[in-house]
Amino acid sequence: MTQGVGDALVAGRAEAPPEFDGSVAAASRQIVGRSPFYLAFSRLRRDRAAIISFWVIVAIVLIAIIAPVFATITGHGVNHQYRGVEALSPAGQPHAPSSKFWFGTDDQGRDILVRVAYGARISLIIGIGATAITIIVGVLVGLIAGYFGGIVDTIIARIVDVVLSIPYLLFAIALVSVLGHINLWVVMIVIAAFGWASVGRIIRGQVLSIREREYIEAARSLGAGDWRIIFHDILPNVIAPAIVFSTLLLPVSIVAEAALSFLGVGVQPPTADWGQMISASQQYIDSGVAWWYLFFPGIALVITTLAFNILGDGVRDAFDPRSDRLFAK
Amino acid sequence: MLRFLVRRIFQGAIVMLLVTIAVFYLFFHGSPEAVARRLAGRQATQELVDRIYHNLGLDQPFWVQYWHFLERLVRGDLGTDYYNGVPVTTVLKESVPVTASLALGAAVIWLILGVSSGVYSSVRARSLTDRAFTGIALFFYSIPVFVLGLALIYVFFYELTTHGVHWFPATGYVGITESPYRWFQHLVLPWLSLALISAAVYTRLSRTSMLEVLGEDYVRTARAKGLSERRVVLRHGLRSALTPIVTQFGIDVAVALGGAILTENIFGLPGLGWESLHAINNQDLPLIVGIVIVAAAAVVVANILVDMLYAVLDPRVRLH
Repeated sequence: MTQGVGDALVAGRAEAPPEFDGSVAAASRQIVGRSPFYLAFSRLRRDRAAIISFWVIVAIVLIAIIAPVFATITGHGVNHQYRGVEALSPAGQPHAPSSKFWFGTDDQGRDILVRVAYGARISLIIGIGATAITIIVGVLVGLIAGYFGGIVDTIIARIVDVVLSIPYLLFAIALVSVLGHINLWVVMIVIAAFGWASVGRIIRGQVLSIREREYIEAARSLGAGDWRIIFHDILPNVIAPAIVFSTLLLPVSIVAEAALSFLGVGVQPPTADWGQMISASQQYIDSGVAWWYLFFPGIALVITTLAFNILGDGVRDAFDPRSDRLFAK
Repeated sequence: MLRFLVRRIFQGAIVMLLVTIAVFYLFFHGSPEAVARRLAGRQATQELVDRIYHNLGLDQPFWVQYWHFLERLVRGDLGTDYYNGVPVTTVLKESVPVTASLALGAAVIWLILGVSSGVYSSVRARSLTDRAFTGIALFFYSIPVFVLGLALIYVFFYELTTHGVHWFPATGYVGITESPYRWFQHLVLPWLSLALISAAVYTRLSRTSMLEVLGEDYVRTARAKGLSERRVVLRHGLRSALTPIVTQFGIDVAVALGGAILTENIFGLPGLGWESLHAINNQDLPLIVGIVIVAAAAVVVANILVDMLYAVLDPRVRLH
């Protein structure tokens, strides 16, 4: 209500400013309507760290897209196992970075540079896919629980409690072993199966206050049905928190994907994957044989999550300049 | 207070029942026959497989088995592990201390590191130190625990050992009753890999929370009364800023107590996380259920404790 009055005042002044002298300069100062998204975007553009992170992410996406180019330039196929002293030591161990293999080779004589580039594909596809599923399910559940309330809300709240109190990784592994055949979809769904609960809980909280507003009552008195109110009147109001959540969830999903692969229940070999490479490098760590085997996929993973975290931080600040709680749930 | 406790414990029990049903459902949705087949050995006859299947009670309907499980649970019996025939409670008794050592030790480190750097940052907001702490926190927050753990092993075990310094073993565990010193030695690196990452969360959380609280009227009043800045920050500020930190701390410790699967596996610590990975790979239902019960109980208890702590920390909170 106060919002509406404020808008009217601003609009009134724009139409007939007392000192309006008809000049071009004054006319160009006319107040233009700015959507919250426009405002958020312009705030984000001033955040230097976020912009740098954005371009880092663009670079990673590009690397993922042009991964085959790395294979062409180096002449090393992503799954090709090279033999000989240039690729594997006489003892059959990985070879250090050299002019032939810039990032060194792995335990099977494959080029780590090419595999890191291809690994970006899996990370991004699963990270983005799992986040999308998490947000869609979480928002839907939150909308339904918050809008209908009562018994529906109670049942959903209990399910959310259960999901939040089970050991996440343990269940993820169990879920994968039950689902058997592992593909990209299975990994995405397993990651999303646990994230939706906290999203749902927060969206529900927002919906609880939105549904008491006058415009919801207005919509209802005009004859709008429940689903129309939910999707037409409430949903647009939770889009901003959903966007903020998505950017903050992305790095979490990417790490979850790598963790599942690290434990051997993610995407299966010989697909090039960062988590798997880090896992395979483990056998060489205490003997210090192949630092590059851990270093390159590890640093790729850290740069990716760091860039998404900084961008996510910026997006959150842009949508809600007062808040500063990246880690609060 | 009593009513609050009774209600929350009752709710917690329901949540735990649902969790165990979920485990049973997942298990029987998979292939319970595979367990009998694996136990029977490679060249077993179908009859032997069937007999084992029957002896384990796996041929009974889902709900009957779940009911038997509940009956035993009431008597404090979690059944025996499928492969070694050891009571699940015995396995838990051995692995809980390992996980507890890891989780509680790491929790102390991350709480001290995180809250002190966060409070310092909030008092000197926008200073160079604040920016440095925030940057470091974001960096550690972005490192997956398995990357940090392996990097620590490389630097503090491999590099130090090749230079003749044998301070940290790479893997393994020694009980605190056996040798407190070697217990400590084996846990330093696992503690650090868990704690550095979690501390990052607390740096940010306590900074934000402190900044909010330091702007409140009663903090201005405290300053106006002429209290020392130290007293204002620590007694008036930190006390109410602790509320969100306590929430997060309760959840994090509870989750870590349920078994840090990644950390325990990297450092070869035979705790709950380690056991659970093996139990799942073997489809060892009694052991999986046992571990899940401990893990879920930790979360339920932590949530109740956190709510009670609120009332202690913030006089405005009433339990009901």
